[in-house]
Amino acid sequence: MAWFLRQKKGILTDTKNKKNVPDGLFYKTPKGNIVYIKDIIDNAYVCPEDGYHMRIGSQEYFKILFDMNTYTAIHDTCAAKDLLHFTDKKTYSSRLALAKKKTGLQEAIRTAHGKMNGLDIMIACMDFSFIGGSMGTVVGEKIAKAVDFCLQKQMPLLIISKSGGARMMEGSFSLMQMAKTAAKLLLLSQAKIPYISLMTDPTTGGVTASFAMLGDFNIAEPDALIGFAGPRVIKETIGCELPKGFQKSEFLLEKGFLDFIVDRRYLKTKLTTLLKMLQ
Amino acid sequence: MSALDFEKPIIKLEKELEKLKQNSQNTVIIQKLTLEIDNLKKEIFKNLTRWQRVQLARHPQRPYTLNYIEKITEDFIAIYGDRLFGDDKAIVGGLGTIQGKTVMIIGHQKGRNINERKKRNFGMPNPEGYRKALRLMKLAEKFNKPIVTLIDTPGAFPGIEAEERGQAEAIAKNIQTMCSLKVPVINIVIGEGASGGALGIGVGDRMLMLENTWYSVIAPESCSAILWKGWEYKEQAAESLKLTAQDMLAQKMIDEIIPEPLGGAHRNIDAIALTVKKKIIQYLQELENMDVAERVFKRIKKWSCFDHGFLYPEK
Repeated sequence: MAWFLRQKKGILTDTKNKKNVPDGLFYKTPKGNIVYIKDIIDNAYVCPEDGYHMRIGSQEYFKILFDMNTYTAIHDTCAAKDLLHFTDKKTYSSRLALAKKKTGLQEAIRTAHGKMNGLDIMIACMDFSFIGGSMGTVVGEKIAKAVDFCLQKQMPLLIISKSGGARMMEGSFSLMQMAKTAAKLLLLSQAKIPYISLMTDPTTGGVTASFAMLGDFNIAEPDALIGFAGPRVIKETIGCELPKGFQKSEFLLEKGFLDFIVDRRYLKTKLTTLLKMLQ
Repeated sequence: MSALDFEKPIIKLEKELEKLKQNSQNTVIIQKLTLEIDNLKKEIFKNLTRWQRVQLARHPQRPYTLNYIEKITEDFIAIYGDRLFGDDKAIVGGLGTIQGKTVMIIGHQKGRNINERKKRNFGMPNPEGYRKALRLMKLAEKFNKPIVTLIDTPGAFPGIEAEERGQAEAIAKNIQTMCSLKVPVINIVIGEGASGGALGIGVGDRMLMLENTWYSVIAPESCSAILWKGWEYKEQAAESLKLTAQDMLAQKMIDEIIPEPLGGAHRNIDAIALTVKKKIIQYLQELENMDVAERVFKRIKKWSCFDHGFLYPEK
């Protein structure tokens, strides 16, 4: 009698088949344009009317960047432990369990390698849907392992950041991931293997202040929020309104902290061109 | 003298003792009271909560970087500016001699009174502070002088200009560059170690924390505000974050706890400075005996191998 008992435990849907994007027929962008959702999906999740870049996850980025959506994920089962037995209004364990159930993901980052226009590439892509894309020990470890793989195979690395910062529920363990990722990327840099950091909306806190700003090329999608402190914190600290466009990609480019901004529709082509130039 | 709530009974007795000493020659009573104060201190400081440690780390009388520099160096030449934008008063640094040996000392600096606090921006650096620190570290590397950093910050400054000038980039670059420095680097948390603002001058071969300090990914108040949606859960947040020196040692993230005088570092600055000085000398000796390549290799390994906190479930 399997009516009430699950015979197979756990989530069976493959991450590849998981749906992040709403299933409706139409999508309204922040500028108010109503677009047929399929038109957005076919357009690298960018609104054809106003160029709005929808927030997407690792599954979508992999689909956009890897040839034929074919890739090999590494360390996909690596999962966090509640080392501190952290409890706020909920326990960290229950937050983790909920996030896994809600997203079908194991953690806030996925790492995979494959071909991009025929070039070998390792892509580490963060998922904001998993506890705000926060960086804990697993994010640090998966980046470290991705770097090890790149060092071994002489393969370029692309990290797509989308994160609220370090994960509070892992206390100083998450803080140390800033140093862990930076130390690993130093080895990659010393080996002269290209590392491209793509910052997407939003990239803040400990992620920006570590691996996201350490690329040979620090690039971003248009209109993405990128900063160290979040705008709300800054507003509360200084007690006045923030200038328009503050902490957006275009602002960072203007201030000299980005190499260039890239439209997601041309991301694959531009990355390929860049990597070919470095060969 | 300002005092924390749990210090008040001690200070009250100390005042009584003072009066007694002035008005009476009765050594028996004086001795008895001295002993009583000592026992009370031991009792109170034996069972400090995590939040009380945070309070001690922020004690207004607590010694800051410049106090340590004054006490432990024979000669000191302060160096200013990042040569790019300006001089950040929240990070100080310079060359000093400790027992005749030249050391580059860099640390966060807080202020004692309102004006000084404003000048030091409450110990919250802007990007130019981190860039100055980096410049000083590269200078030390060039002349083969070891580096000691003293950490005491409530965080990197969250301001408009800090963002404009690349706070995140400055911290990230420091963290990475510190991994590669060819000279010995010792980091000591002397007060507060808040997040990236601390780590920005906090990567080295050895990490030490004073007994009553904290180091974590976020200050307990901010953690409370985000997770509990209110500032009033800071005690609980401090408990959950496990942020004290004792926690950090238990988590194997630091090498050693430097004991403070009974009652906290602020009760005897000479004593704590001497202990810190001895530890610096001890660790520098150990590190300087290592081969350069080996030391850098071990440092990178140490920081890139926090191999706990996750699991690979069996397939």
